[in-house]
Amino acid sequence: METDKSRIGSFLFNRSVQGVFYQLITLGLVALGIYYIVTNTARNMLERGLASGFHFLGVESQFDIGMTLIEYSPTSTYFDSFIVGLLNTLLVAGIGILFATIIGFTVGIMRLSSNWLIAKIAEAYVEILRNIPLLLQIFFWYFAVLRALPKPKQSLELYDSFFLNNRGLFIPDTVFGEGSSIIFYLLWLTIIISIGIFIWAKRRQNRTGERFPAFYVSTALILGTFFISLAVTGFPVSFEYPELKGFNFKGGVKLIPELVALTFALAMYTASFIAEVVRGGIMAVSKGQTEAAKSVGLKQNLILRLIIIPQALRVIVPPLTNQYLNLTKNSSLAAAIAYPDLVLVFAGTALMQTGQAIEIIGMVMGVYLFLSLFTSLIMNLFNRFMKVDGER
Amino acid sequence: MNTMRITFLGLVCSVLMVPAAFAGTLDTVKSQGFFNCGVSQGVPGFSNPDENGNWSGIDVDVCRAVSAAIFGDPDKVKYVPLTAKERFTALQAGEIDVLSRNTTWTLSRDAQIGLEFAGVNFYDGQGFMVRKDSGISSAMELDGASVCTNLGTTTELNMADFFRANGMAYEPVVFEKADEVVNAYDEGRCDTYTTDKSGLAAQRTKLADPDAHVVLPETISKEPLGPVVREGDGDWADVVRWSLNAMIEAEEFGLTQSNAQTTCAMTSNPVVARLCGKEGGTGAGLNLGESWSYDIVTMVGNYGDVYEKHVGENTPVGLARAGSPNASYKDGGVLYAPPAR
Repeated sequence: METDKSRIGSFLFNRSVQGVFYQLITLGLVALGIYYIVTNTARNMLERGLASGFHFLGVESQFDIGMTLIEYSPTSTYFDSFIVGLLNTLLVAGIGILFATIIGFTVGIMRLSSNWLIAKIAEAYVEILRNIPLLLQIFFWYFAVLRALPKPKQSLELYDSFFLNNRGLFIPDTVFGEGSSIIFYLLWLTIIISIGIFIWAKRRQNRTGERFPAFYVSTALILGTFFISLAVTGFPVSFEYPELKGFNFKGGVKLIPELVALTFALAMYTASFIAEVVRGGIMAVSKGQTEAAKSVGLKQNLILRLIIIPQALRVIVPPLTNQYLNLTKNSSLAAAIAYPDLVLVFAGTALMQTGQAIEIIGMVMGVYLFLSLFTSLIMNLFNRFMKVDGER
Repeated sequence: MNTMRITFLGLVCSVLMVPAAFAGTLDTVKSQGFFNCGVSQGVPGFSNPDENGNWSGIDVDVCRAVSAAIFGDPDKVKYVPLTAKERFTALQAGEIDVLSRNTTWTLSRDAQIGLEFAGVNFYDGQGFMVRKDSGISSAMELDGASVCTNLGTTTELNMADFFRANGMAYEPVVFEKADEVVNAYDEGRCDTYTTDKSGLAAQRTKLADPDAHVVLPETISKEPLGPVVREGDGDWADVVRWSLNAMIEAEEFGLTQSNAQTTCAMTSNPVVARLCGKEGGTGAGLNLGESWSYDIVTMVGNYGDVYEKHVGENTPVGLARAGSPNASYKDGGVLYAPPAR
């Protein structure tokens, strides 16, 4: 009897049993809270005559969107408008990340330059751009771009095929005629072969120590095959030139000023943070590494490529991921200057026309969450790839 | 950001608000001594703040009339400036009690998003404004134009309808805030700016050189603008609806802000006597004092007083009333209030 009692007692006072107990209680409370919120929301929406559910996604949207990467008209559905907004967000985030990385790395390295002027210019860039709110910078670039550019009839032009005015940048569109698909198949084939060459060259170097100019060979292979196939098929590619008709240019590819201003602002702003990340990463590599590399006789550019950058990248990549995530999320400020991104098109116009705030905001939040997690995943994989073997 | 804040608030409120606590808005308003009125962020003549932050305009006067009817004082109102995008969420979330912000009455808004329209205080229609030097004289010449407009409005849908129906191409450039639309149009981003014609007349006063712009003759839509309340509170909707109706009826029977005092003292017309609160007991039905309509007319004015003061021909907005739908039905307009009895 007494042993039973003490067994129950020791069971109740067992640390791990208590731990599980409290966690179960917490989980139960959270589940209850979620249940309460969901049922209460549904009841409130019903009582106030608010429509709910996702059937609106299949209804015709009846509005237009200024820039679409897929076919879209007012007879397209709300779901199509969601896709249009999503693609526009991805476009501005993608281009933004590309340029932010290039500018950021350049400025970051410039700040470490031994040239006083270059280092100070880079420092001024960082200190000015990262300390002014992004929204103001977006407005600045937008109205600066608009004010600086001429009207369509006084467009700046280049070779009668590139036009720049306050409605955007118009460039010729490439039209692929019959027989051009073979060129693309060949292009893909040569790219795959080139990857094979890189892997083979790396293995051979590991085995024999001999180096193989994989970069030059594969570049020559890809470009050579591309131009030869173009010539053989008789240039099935033509260009559609933009032409001034009425108010605006028609034909060709158009980059609207909103896209230009937004990309520019996002890239410049984020680059100022990336520059600091890069500077920190490079400075984190101890000076002894450079000296050791020099003493074994490596050339300056090889020291950078083989010794400094791989080690710096391990420090750079995690905070760089943060900056990429910030840029993607900041792209939602597009709504301020009429760039039709996901927030403007879907959480703006579509929300206003349907009134289904909960569903739409939920979908938009889901998209940003997915984009952020996806970016993190890619960057984590890259970071693992950059790790030194055996290091934790 | 304000938009996000209000959207978030809306979500939180629809999540947390307990239905049982959904007491009548009128009782709540009476006990707290004021109500919140959602207005624009500045549309001259409709709802616009002066340099001291005092709001005026015909939309503002609807709220002042409601305040006069309830409290016998037109200034028991807190004004909440909202963008077109924020307005409905703010109303649904209870952040405002009346939305009086040139809002078009449409089926989908009435039926799907939990709103109730309390009447029409301005009959409008969508138009286009262009630069005079563009040489355009008709909306049918707008093929290929870049069109600046506001997010979250019927305007976006109407222009899509208009260009589609006429087989014309266009490029929509949609901004969240009205000021940004005006600014972008002024900077030459767009060939034309489209919104309700009253809005065009009002916003034109904000342009760098108002005389360099002209509103095209076509009206491409019907835009009955009016005050809006939350659905499901009939008593409150009645107060707002009849405050507006009283202003219209007062004008019909010649009761103006300047003559109300003397007219009421000596009238023998039973309709006027009811409006003066001397007979009929209309106040009791609305849970208001008997002088509610008299207070509206003396403190805010009748519809004609308000119109001429804020948007009439002698104001910068300069919208002629004669010949427009906003004239009384007796003068060929469509302004017609059901009898306040």
